[in-house]
Amino acid sequence: MEFWIELVVSAFLILGSIFVFVGSLGLAKLPDFYTRLHGPTKATTLGMGCLLIASMIFVTYQQGYLSVHELLITLFLLITAPVTAHMLAKTAMHHELEILDKTSNKALSQRARERMSP
Amino acid sequence: MKTKPRFRLLPMPLHSLILFVVWLLLNNTVAPGHLLLGAFLAIGIPLLTSGMQDAQPGFRKPLATLRYVFMVIGDIIAANFEVAKLVVGSSKKLSPAFIAVPLNIEHELPITILASTVSLTPGTVSAEVSEDKKWLYVHVLNLTDKDELIASIKHRYERPLMEIFEC
Repeated sequence: MEFWIELVVSAFLILGSIFVFVGSLGLAKLPDFYTRLHGPTKATTLGMGCLLIASMIFVTYQQGYLSVHELLITLFLLITAPVTAHMLAKTAMHHELEILDKTSNKALSQRARERMSP
Repeated sequence: MKTKPRFRLLPMPLHSLILFVVWLLLNNTVAPGHLLLGAFLAIGIPLLTSGMQDAQPGFRKPLATLRYVFMVIGDIIAANFEVAKLVVGSSKKLSPAFIAVPLNIEHELPITILASTVSLTPGTVSAEVSEDKKWLYVHVLNLTDKDELIASIKHRYERPLMEIFEC
């Protein structure tokens, strides 16, 4: 394999892993459930994107034809990530999970749980 | 509300096309066998499922849709850097908040797309929609200016969506 392809692939792999790591770090260290949601839903999208681009370049070069599976994975990720986050947030509100004290407008979660206007 | 199909054999032409393309992408091929199987699935599945469909406003402006998709991808990249910075930094400095965003768009599909976009972009996760579909509840990781954030969601994401769906 040519050097520059290896270089590009490894650059994307490293960048992607950094983002996935930061997402997981957020899940572990942020203070309450709602803030924790932010890490995995976002940092992971770009992290996975980078890993998939790396995979696409690598496989395309090795097999000699364009590999498009990765585009599908990206599409499914983009559709499922926000839905998962939404359902998790909704569940958290119904279980009345503890909300960080300094969260402003805490009362809104009460209204949101009942699906009323604020 | 039931939709009346325009063609009896192809009740959902757009869905059929997407199914067909996704099938070929999944198999990474354009071999005749897969073309045939893909066509069979693309015609068969919509025939079975079209009865369950609710009427939704369609994508009226393909160009505006494309522009919206690219803008959101750009924002996702920016969002990732922003959230990464917030996560790595001290969590004592965060000021999380709940906000309620008033919605002007109607219909389930555009609201779903708006909520998903909000979840994917800078430091916001959509948590709930009010029963009358007039308010979107959003959890913000680090709120600086509430009014500015609401205005930016409405201006940046809701307006193009209204234009795309013409509602």
